[in-house]
Amino acid sequence: MKTDKSTQSKGKSKIRIGSILMRLSVFIAASITVIALLFIIGYILINGIPHLKPSLFAREYTSENVSLVPALINTLIVVFFTLLIAVPLGVGAAIYLVEYSNNKGKLATIARTTAETLSGIPSIVFGLFGMLMFVEFFGWGYSLLAGIFTLSILILPLIMRTAEEALKAVPVPYREGSFALGAGKLRTIFKVVLPAAKPGIISGIILAIGRIVGETAALIYTSGIVANVPKNLLGSGRTLALHMFALSSEALHMNEASATAVVLIVLVLFINWLSKYATKDRKVK
Amino acid sequence: MNKYKENFMRIIFSITAAISIAAVILISFFLFYRGFPGMSKIGVFNFIAGTRWRPNEGVYGIFPMILGSLYVTAGALVIGVPVGLLSAIFFAKFCPPKLYKILKPAVELLAGIPSIVYGFFGLVVIVPAVMNTFDLASGQTMLAGSLLLGIMIIPTITTVSEAAIRAVPETYYEGALALGATHEQSVFKTVVPAAKSGILAGIVLGIGRAIGETTAVLMVVGNQQRMPKGILKGLSTLTTNIVLEMGYATDLHREALLATAVVLFVFILLINLSFSVLKKGSKIK
Repeated sequence: MKTDKSTQSKGKSKIRIGSILMRLSVFIAASITVIALLFIIGYILINGIPHLKPSLFAREYTSENVSLVPALINTLIVVFFTLLIAVPLGVGAAIYLVEYSNNKGKLATIARTTAETLSGIPSIVFGLFGMLMFVEFFGWGYSLLAGIFTLSILILPLIMRTAEEALKAVPVPYREGSFALGAGKLRTIFKVVLPAAKPGIISGIILAIGRIVGETAALIYTSGIVANVPKNLLGSGRTLALHMFALSSEALHMNEASATAVVLIVLVLFINWLSKYATKDRKVK
Repeated sequence: MNKYKENFMRIIFSITAAISIAAVILISFFLFYRGFPGMSKIGVFNFIAGTRWRPNEGVYGIFPMILGSLYVTAGALVIGVPVGLLSAIFFAKFCPPKLYKILKPAVELLAGIPSIVYGFFGLVVIVPAVMNTFDLASGQTMLAGSLLLGIMIIPTITTVSEAAIRAVPETYYEGALALGATHEQSVFKTVVPAAKSGILAGIVLGIGRAIGETTAVLMVVGNQQRMPKGILKGLSTLTTNIVLEMGYATDLHREALLATAVVLFVFILLINLSFSVLKKGSKIK
């Protein structure tokens, strides 16, 4: 900005141009972000939907029909058991952090730091760890179980953080009221605090489901890539995302891969909408 | 009786809080324990600074992959940082509330699209586009990888930067306005600089995402294990090299891949560390 009197009017128009440029740049950037999203989703849907053939939904996978149903069933199994492990652990940890430690104390500080560390570790590192520990050291082999345990650790920080936020958002008078009525700590937590925090916890769980459904790198060397539903959890089986990964890296079934992408992205859109819906009547900021 | 129950559950909750600590310890233990032998057999210097990766000759140098990861990530930042940061400024300071309600979920959705879908999109859209634009034999290049990763890290950078910008006290903005600055000037010259450390934290988080990304990058960078030769040539990254060869590698080759994971893990830990230092400096919660 020039302060010299003779150039003041020039300076002013410069300011105006500068302001317009700044305004323009943020508009363009935001448009790029939104257009990128619309383009990706639009492209996947438009190119994939014509390839959604009935044979893709056959009960069994064969190298001819390239059915995605077994992968879809595997995905459901993995989601169910992963949540079964990670939700109690994550919510329990959050309860400890908020209700017992008062956000102080050594255990709470270390737990929070390690959870943050976990959330920054890339999927592939989780995958290799799962391979070394569950597949090899425990001798489970490539199996749904190894995949489930690996993913449980992967989504643990997400569940922990969202549950912690939800618990923190429950007003203190709720607890005081419960104590005043003679309830113990445990009763207060289970009957008063947890019900009030439920929408927030559920939306965290839904986000975690999205993470599980989309995961590939953590599963390649843990659950393995067998294309059918295994007899039990110690058998190998691929989830939908892994199925799509296998199809597109083999490069033999690109049409089927693009159809699988449609199913995957519709699933993700649905999960996303569900998490919005769950938080709708939530008072949390 | 009740007191025992209270104490018992208190211990249970503290155990669940300790799970994330145990997870980080186990991950570090397994990776280092299985990764170090390979590194010491090859020689730390030969391994990290070696410019040739030839498993069939017993030569394992990961310098090309280290450079590959850094180059692709740097390219992604060139795209992701301006778009992500300016989008964040738009969302925090320019976006009408009604539009915000529609656009904000769009950014979240961009973060929720699975890597494999990004990878597939990259393979069928970005790779052919790069090939045709520059008249190349193959579009699987560093440029394709950077473009794809650039889009993928936009939501990360946008979300963290937006929180940082919103955390700047309103008085900064008002003060600038009172001194005669336009809305744009106040935002760009006072608010955004004040949010610097939070914005940097967002960028660092984006770097972590980009370096750790596996599946999507794998499908677009060409996976040539040689020193990167330019943005229109294929390359290989730390993550893609691990995923591609782990399936069939044995003996020293396998140990070298696990050692690669150690290098990646250390990279990520350093990035996480600088992220939390920067985050502490800003006022983001």
